[in-house]
Amino acid sequence: MIGMKIMGIKKKRKIMKRRVSRSVRGDIALYLFLLVFVAVMMLPLIFAVNMSLKPLNELWLFPPRFFAVNPTLKNYYDLFRLMTDSWIPMSRYIFNTFFITIAGTAGHIILASMAAYPLSKYKFPGSNMIFRLIRSSLMFSGAVLAVPNYLVMSTLGLIDSYLSIIIPAFGSTLGLFLMKQFMDQMIPDELLKSADIDGATEWDKFWKIVMPIVKPAWLTLMIFSVQNLWNTGATPYIYTESKKTLPYALSQISLGGLSRAGIGAAISVIMILFPLMVFIISQSNIIETMATSGMKD
Amino acid sequence: MFNQPTVSNKAFAGPAAGERNIMRRIKADLACKWRIAKKHKMQYLFIMPYLVIFVAFTVVPVVMSMCLSFTYFNILEFPRFIGLQNYFRLFVDDRIFIKSLANTIMFAVVTGPVSYMIALFMAWLINDIPRTLRVIVTVLLYAPSLAGGMTNIFRIFFSSDATGYLNAILLKWGIINEPIKYLENPDYIVPIVIFVILWGSLGTQFLSFIAGLQGIDRQYYEAGAVDGITNRWQELWYVTLPLMKPQLLFGAVISITGSFNIGSVVTGLTGTISADYSAHTVVLHLQDYGTTKFEMGYASAIATVLFIIMISSNMAVRKLINKVGE
Repeated sequence: MIGMKIMGIKKKRKIMKRRVSRSVRGDIALYLFLLVFVAVMMLPLIFAVNMSLKPLNELWLFPPRFFAVNPTLKNYYDLFRLMTDSWIPMSRYIFNTFFITIAGTAGHIILASMAAYPLSKYKFPGSNMIFRLIRSSLMFSGAVLAVPNYLVMSTLGLIDSYLSIIIPAFGSTLGLFLMKQFMDQMIPDELLKSADIDGATEWDKFWKIVMPIVKPAWLTLMIFSVQNLWNTGATPYIYTESKKTLPYALSQISLGGLSRAGIGAAISVIMILFPLMVFIISQSNIIETMATSGMKD
Repeated sequence: MFNQPTVSNKAFAGPAAGERNIMRRIKADLACKWRIAKKHKMQYLFIMPYLVIFVAFTVVPVVMSMCLSFTYFNILEFPRFIGLQNYFRLFVDDRIFIKSLANTIMFAVVTGPVSYMIALFMAWLINDIPRTLRVIVTVLLYAPSLAGGMTNIFRIFFSSDATGYLNAILLKWGIINEPIKYLENPDYIVPIVIFVILWGSLGTQFLSFIAGLQGIDRQYYEAGAVDGITNRWQELWYVTLPLMKPQLLFGAVISITGSFNIGSVVTGLTGTISADYSAHTVVLHLQDYGTTKFEMGYASAIATVLFIIMISSNMAVRKLINKVGE
């Protein structure tokens, strides 16, 4: 049945392989507009890189110049020297941050997708209420939650451990909402029904059918989660120095006053590298999902 | 069997017949639900790990905080129940709260829809360009969001001392004779804050729109062309947008949470309290009471009010989005 359906659509596709009006003039206008827009949006990044390359005497120059006149890597060198001098070896902070980021992101993607799948594709008592609860909790201000959160963490014995960052990240709200919305859009019910006929278990359907199709969704979620966890600085739940994170350690360095302004700029450039890498990898893997062809109605 | 009313029950003037009927119907309803729930054992199993963590670290703290909003709580002493006093104080006594509420609504009404539109429009524009180029453009457009706190950059740009770029340029061109205190003057603060927020609008919603557009099967566009769609705008309205309604709803919630939670941009630009409270928002007011003045009960009341405002605006926006493509 399904095979025939796909054949039919392939035939159809051959007949009308065209899309609505795409004029050359429109394309040129589009690219020009994008060029200008991109240039403007990139300013902060160029600015940050430039600041990090400026020697101290240029940082406080008047009138200020956008580009560094005598670019130097001294700020990076100084940062490196300060890092090797630190009380706790810098590698420890780096490890902490990588560990928290990777464990938290992987767990969040898997748990949130597992929960989003039944919420999106099945109706059962409580499903609607659970989803509404999750969606509305996005709108409660986090600022007043520190005290209640501390109470929960200390009840569970999570204070002063990595788990106080990682486990709440597993249950963060954004991921479930995102995954559920994408499953609503991308997974046709017929596909799951035909898998049922083939005798697939729930786990098979989730892992072998749903997850590959919603790849663009979890690649996107990966960016959000990595960005969020990577930038985790000081938290009230961790007080042992050797368990603290890289942003915390670096912010301590940049607090060293005016003379470290250039180093501060170098820090922001270095801190952006890992999320940027993840971002590029994720974006270049988001390709149209053709797997659903001919299944949707 | 056990649900049958017994004779003795009838002998006493127990619940009226109508009421008993309702009870029976509720019981039958519950039994039916229970049967359906039993059938979905696997589904509950899938949700369980996430739900346990979500309840422990989100639901419990939120409920606790809502309860705290009816108390006086200074973190050191045990909370003392004071009924609705916090709420009365908010709306009757606290003029700064009223001012911050007005600011918040103004910021939300301006930045929410505009940033939503920018994100959607840009995602749609770059959806059609070749893949490698698209990735590059996406990376560059998302760069401000990756860079996180761009406020420090804008702070330097608008600064009124020797490091300020804007003043330096305007002075050089002779447009002004003395530096303008952009970030200290209430007339400039609000537009600057709005500008910086809109600059950062290609964030979470932008990426989810991109992924959503990529999830649309090409055959729909082809079918649309056959059905007589003649230009890009019609295609957008009748084909693309209806097919990405889930992402539109997601983006709306992100927009609402973002635009009602404006706070860090203001403090990043103007310091803890903006001049004359000209850009003071509800979130900043909340942080002021929660983390500076240690009045957690009062701060929780502010959070609860903000929560109610956001939930109701989300309901309104959902209704709007459901009209897309009609």
